[in-house]
Amino acid sequence: MSLLEIENLSLDIGGTPILRGIDLSIEAGEITGLVGESGSGKSMTALSLMRLLPDAARAMGRITFDGIDILAASEDRMCALRGDDIGMVFQEPMTALNPLKAIGEQVAEGIRWHTRANRTDAETLARKMLDRVGLPADKFPLTRYPHELSGGQRQRVVIAIACALKPKLLIADEPTTALDVVLQAQILELLRDLVDENRTGLLLISHDLAVVAEMADRITILRGGEVMEAGETARTLSAQVHPYTRQLAQASMHVPERAKAIHGVAAGKPLLTVQNVSKDYPGRRTSLFHKPLPVRAVDDVSFALGEGHSVALVGRSGCGKSTLARMILALDEPTSGTITFQGETITGRDQASLRSARRDMQVVFQDPYGSFNPRRTVEWLVAEPLHLLDKKPGKTERRELVSQALHEVGLKPAGMQKYPHEFSGGQRQRISIARAIITRPKLVVADEPVSALDVSIRAQVLDLFAELNQKLGVAYLFITHDLTVARAITDDVMVMHEGRIVETGKTAEVLSHPQTEAARALVEAAPDLHRAIAKRMQEQG
Amino acid sequence: MSDRTSDLPERGFVAKAFANRSFLAGFVITALVTAMALLSFFWTPYDVTKLIVADRMQPPSTTHIFGTDQFGRDMLSMIMVGARNSIAVALVAVGIGMGIGVPLGCWAAARGGYVDDALMRFNDIVFAFPALLSAIMITAIFGPGAVNAIIAIGIFNIPVFARVARAGALAIWPREFILAARASGKGHALITVEHILPNIANLLLVQGTIQFALGILAEAGLSYVGLGAQPPMPSWGRMLFDAQTRMVVAPYLAIVPGMAIIITVLGLNLIGDGISDTLDPKLRRQR
Amino acid sequence: MTVYLLRRLATGLLALVVASVVVFCVLEILPGDPARLMLGFNATEDAVQALRVQMGLDRGLLVRYLHWTGGLLSLDFGRSYTYSVPVIDLVRERAAVSLPLALVSLALSTAIALPVGVFAAARRGRPSDTVAMAASQFGVAVPNFWFALLLVYVFAVWLRLVPAGGFPGWSAGVWPALKALILPSVALALPQAAILARVTRSALLDVLGEDFIRTARAKGLPRKAVLWRHALRNALLPVLTILGLQFAFLLAGTIIIENVFYLPGLGRLVFQAINQRDLIVVESVVMLLVATIIAINLVIDLSYALVDPRLRVRA
Repeated sequence: MSLLEIENLSLDIGGTPILRGIDLSIEAGEITGLVGESGSGKSMTALSLMRLLPDAARAMGRITFDGIDILAASEDRMCALRGDDIGMVFQEPMTALNPLKAIGEQVAEGIRWHTRANRTDAETLARKMLDRVGLPADKFPLTRYPHELSGGQRQRVVIAIACALKPKLLIADEPTTALDVVLQAQILELLRDLVDENRTGLLLISHDLAVVAEMADRITILRGGEVMEAGETARTLSAQVHPYTRQLAQASMHVPERAKAIHGVAAGKPLLTVQNVSKDYPGRRTSLFHKPLPVRAVDDVSFALGEGHSVALVGRSGCGKSTLARMILALDEPTSGTITFQGETITGRDQASLRSARRDMQVVFQDPYGSFNPRRTVEWLVAEPLHLLDKKPGKTERRELVSQALHEVGLKPAGMQKYPHEFSGGQRQRISIARAIITRPKLVVADEPVSALDVSIRAQVLDLFAELNQKLGVAYLFITHDLTVARAITDDVMVMHEGRIVETGKTAEVLSHPQTEAARALVEAAPDLHRAIAKRMQEQG
Repeated sequence: MSDRTSDLPERGFVAKAFANRSFLAGFVITALVTAMALLSFFWTPYDVTKLIVADRMQPPSTTHIFGTDQFGRDMLSMIMVGARNSIAVALVAVGIGMGIGVPLGCWAAARGGYVDDALMRFNDIVFAFPALLSAIMITAIFGPGAVNAIIAIGIFNIPVFARVARAGALAIWPREFILAARASGKGHALITVEHILPNIANLLLVQGTIQFALGILAEAGLSYVGLGAQPPMPSWGRMLFDAQTRMVVAPYLAIVPGMAIIITVLGLNLIGDGISDTLDPKLRRQR
Repeated sequence: MTVYLLRRLATGLLALVVASVVVFCVLEILPGDPARLMLGFNATEDAVQALRVQMGLDRGLLVRYLHWTGGLLSLDFGRSYTYSVPVIDLVRERAAVSLPLALVSLALSTAIALPVGVFAAARRGRPSDTVAMAASQFGVAVPNFWFALLLVYVFAVWLRLVPAGGFPGWSAGVWPALKALILPSVALALPQAAILARVTRSALLDVLGEDFIRTARAKGLPRKAVLWRHALRNALLPVLTILGLQFAFLLAGTIIIENVFYLPGLGRLVFQAINQRDLIVVESVVMLLVATIIAINLVIDLSYALVDPRLRVRA
């Protein structure tokens, strides 16, 4: 009998159906991947297993774990299972830990609760567990608080909590989505080792087909609360029998068609020149008598970008890439160095004199939800950069420009009187792009523009970026930690590490033959669907 | 990857608020009290300026449903005219608090740094002067009067609104749509008007109802101790003071104005609760 | 930790200095001639001149301010004009009533509010929560002095359990003195408790929606244990803030309540002083109350650091 058997699980929350007839099973020591786009019901499946559903939820069907009927078990029984036989790791490490309790206490708490161990014994075990997840005692004593740890370190603490009592089943719900690729690879490796050591069954929930392909023995593909396809990972993903599986796989490997690439700065003047730019932030004051040391976010960066040039700026989270982008957009002043745009210095200038530069330089952000004022119509929002024009367009002219911009990003101009929340995530990102191109800029800075989107929508938005690059000749600076995005759409790539640009070159070359340690780490850690399937096929002969 | 919507209030908010039972109940109560105060300008059952000694201290009856006071004035008419004073004082005090506090709070949030620090210290200091202390000082110099109450309560409202506006604005400034607006060349003032204020309006509205309610309570307290409206102007607090020595013979003299205060304050608080229930918890009021 | 501590201390001192300047300006500069204001327009010029000299009004403003604040620091508040005794003696005598009253009320309101708030949050949406919240909604709307009148009517006039007002003094024994303070503290505490209970409940509910609560549940802790071990301490931060503000309201509230119960506290003192235009007493008592509020807020700020490790910056 399987460790976990889900049969015909259906779920509705307040009358709205969420899951329909889910079947899934996990054996001890096996990794099962649960893949799907947002709203597919992945997380709700996980919460059903833990019986941590919202109050209004009603689950039907059968979940058998280790011979126990989960849906019929008493709350006391569930409390005994949770954290002991079933552990769970969540998506958001920054908020998953109690900010007021030391990490040792948080790991030891579950141990004490379940084993009735005394404080000393529980803390010894907690110490061992923290060592095991890569938080050694000399640097990470039990008395550390969550706010003193980075996101990756916090996720290790969460894993330590979940695995402290060697659970038979571990549920990991998007455990690496909030982390950069290098941290992702480390956390995934840790999870795999823990599973191997204890013959734990792992349910790995992810939107990323490549991650699941690398990790999981078996895969279940979910869409709209229903299982589309399930089976052995390698076979399922290579055969792609089900059309939705094929669609997902193709979308995650999608490369937009682009005409000939432009490399480096072509003849003539460069569009954007960044010269010896550095940015310091004031450090945190820890003593009354010493001035805090400044933190250097960007360190002596220089590069140039030509017209119509598409360049990726890649690096791990916290490497300074977003700070650099903000300085290029003149939203932040560099501590030293100069930035020149179209032959005009834009550093150290007052806001009024930046208008012409701003007209030719726009921005697209990551979060399709956070990038719009919810109380304004799409027309108003898309028209916002028109504020930069010297001659303000009249009402009809403005409407004309907005509808043209919306048309260019593939949206119907009729929707311009609606509010942003009436659009889907992908549509909102299109609106965001429409706003960026309405002044016909020469440069668009895009900060992780597709990383919050589902794969199928991501592919469409990447196509749109490529198309606009060809049609309008707009240059891009793509900021991303995701190499597949860089590969898909940029000519050149710059690798940033700890505030410096450590490697520059043609995208294809850098990604296939990275020269520096930092670039190599990024390339090796990046999940790759092709590679993962090939590796699995090879292993099985 | 999760399905989420913006945590900022979206459109259709008013309709949502009216569907909320608290809001509806509070709205009805407040509308009735306000209507009563407005009506008193044109009509009251009896003239409150006429003292009819023969009718003094009449218990509630069909001719005087709330009875009469020690001078024979009709209590219902007194309550109606007294509502004017309570509402006017509380409303003007909220106006002072909002009018000065909100721009201050928005300014501090937009500028940050020293401006922000200075505002927070200013808040600390004003918070150390509860309305009653300010009223005591003002009265010691200028003598008692309704204007004292307005100034004292209004001053105390300034840091309250400054704080709410600042906290709300600070939550919105790091948003990407603000960066987009800055990339569109908009300055701090324009961004505050176009982006910040519409998104903190609901918070301010909630705080406004809370301060309105507190203002009514504070005004009643000040008039009760003689620092607010002066006789013969009827005020709820003053009516309670007059009732105090006559509690034993005529408890209704204290119960009627007390209930008037409670109902008014309750109505305002229900409105505030109703609005904040329809808001996202993360942006909920900070008292 | 020390940085945070010293910083707070410094801002507290700054607030105190600014507040003293405000009080000084309002009461000594705004009236133009305080001596004339105190004596009224019928007083003879000689009498006014004599008072000017007694109050030191013939000296420069800065000298007067420094003299006044210096006096405050050395507990020399000057002489009351109407009582002809040192103000400090009056204050000491009256504070012996007001301070216990404020503290007992604060303790009472906290002791009622916290359990009710936690209880309601734990039973969110159930009838007991609805009843508790409806009661508190009502309690928030009740003016404390009106509630005091009601209490007097029921417990003193009707049931004759406690005196209706007045204060026998601590010299009459602790019990009679405390007995005189029972109704006033209940009248002060209950409306405050209603506010505090609502804040406690909503702070707890906010915390219960946080991600780390789910982590704690996934550890196997039952709902109740999660509430006590994880939610309560996090919810304490907003509750502390309100407690600080409430203390200021309580102090102000005592001033009114003392008038209902004829208690010889600081509030009565200040009202008598206003009626007699005894600016010296008004000035001292107002400054004393303001200083107390600032000090309490400082204590609240420092207790944040005890609750929240994020404020204790490592050296």
